[in-house]
Amino acid sequence: MRIDVLINYLPLYKKAALLTVRLGLAGIVFAILIGLFCALIQYFKIPFLRRIVSVYIEISRNTPLLIQLFFIYYGLPKIGIRTDAETCGIAGLAFLGGSYMAEAFRSGLEAIPDIQRESAYSLGMNHFQTMWHIILPQAISISIPAFVANVIFLLKETSVFSAISLMDLMFTAKDLIGLYSKTTESLFLLVVFYLIILLSVSLLGSLLERRLRYAGFGS
Amino acid sequence: MPDLGLEVLFKGKNMVRLLGGIGVALKISLIAVVISIPLGILLGALMTWKNRGVRAILRIYLEFVRIMPQMVLLFLCYFGTTRAFGWNLSGETSAVIVFTLWGTAEMSDLVRGALISIPIHQYESSEALGFNRAQTYLYIVIPQAIRRLIPLSINLITRMIKTTSLILMIGVVEVIKVAQQIIEANRMASPNAAFGVYLTVLLLYFLACWPISLLAKYLERKWR
Repeated sequence: MRIDVLINYLPLYKKAALLTVRLGLAGIVFAILIGLFCALIQYFKIPFLRRIVSVYIEISRNTPLLIQLFFIYYGLPKIGIRTDAETCGIAGLAFLGGSYMAEAFRSGLEAIPDIQRESAYSLGMNHFQTMWHIILPQAISISIPAFVANVIFLLKETSVFSAISLMDLMFTAKDLIGLYSKTTESLFLLVVFYLIILLSVSLLGSLLERRLRYAGFGS
Repeated sequence: MPDLGLEVLFKGKNMVRLLGGIGVALKISLIAVVISIPLGILLGALMTWKNRGVRAILRIYLEFVRIMPQMVLLFLCYFGTTRAFGWNLSGETSAVIVFTLWGTAEMSDLVRGALISIPIHQYESSEALGFNRAQTYLYIVIPQAIRRLIPLSINLITRMIKTTSLILMIGVVEVIKVAQQIIEANRMASPNAAFGVYLTVLLLYFLACWPISLLAKYLERKWR
């Protein structure tokens, strides 16, 4: 391994890592919104919409992101829905992540025993107050571990973005291997950059888990 | 009605070729599953040992494999071993190796989780009843752990199948590669083939994974 090669490659990888993080975060934010929306629809058992949500969840959970991206990027333009690579990556990640987030939030909501809702009503709270002050804070606390796992999973999934020629870490590494065949250096930097991103998210996640562990503990 | 490019599928042997492509992906994940489940059970059981050294080594392996994107692992195995050891692994061999290593790590974590989820009083009660260690595991711990374990490991199989889609990136000819070839070959005759063909690929993966997911969900509900 040569140090000068590493230093030469560093700016390329930094740029790629920023793209990975940017697209990953954007996708995750949309995934959270979709997930919250779907989880609430399922929790309140809204007729008809509930069916659509469960079909969406099954499709999204049982197909790989790579194929979803290929379909969005190469398939959809044929029927007139054209997207650029970045939008496509974010859309794909949001489509995949939405269902995972929905499952995490739903299991959090369902874990709250009915007695909590009944107690809130008997204390004179209305529907909204019950949801806002009693159910949601506990549900969020319970779903945090699954949520953190999903965030890490989705960041890892961004590695397939290279397939639709987004210049992310994977793409950069493959490109450099192909161009200069400095395989060791390229792969080393690839691993290091992914470790930096994923380890810091994972540490942040366990911090969050510890801070938000108040529901149901001590009962 | 716009042209959806579905007619390409019924031309010649195109559908059979796509099925063959997904067959390659399924074969690789099946091999990896068959090897990694027993290995994962073994490692997971070792993880509950009290020996610090064994646990530390396993932990590093487990965390590294689980935190790296599977695509990075594939690249390390496919490109890295050539440079480091001079091995010339084919794409399929590297895929099997990577999925086995990854599956073993995931499986051992599931096993560890299932084993430590058995409350300590179960061990103590069986000891109080005069069971020895082997009997405790055989009659008390394993029957309870397995009920938690089976739905989760079935889910792992679907994850494995979905992840095999990545082997395209290390040059294995599987279902997406076949799809690309079909689309290229019919570029003039049906320019919209990309829609129909990729939709079919999506559907094929769905049909492979959905029944397995349903089974996992059913077992989870039944054994709760």
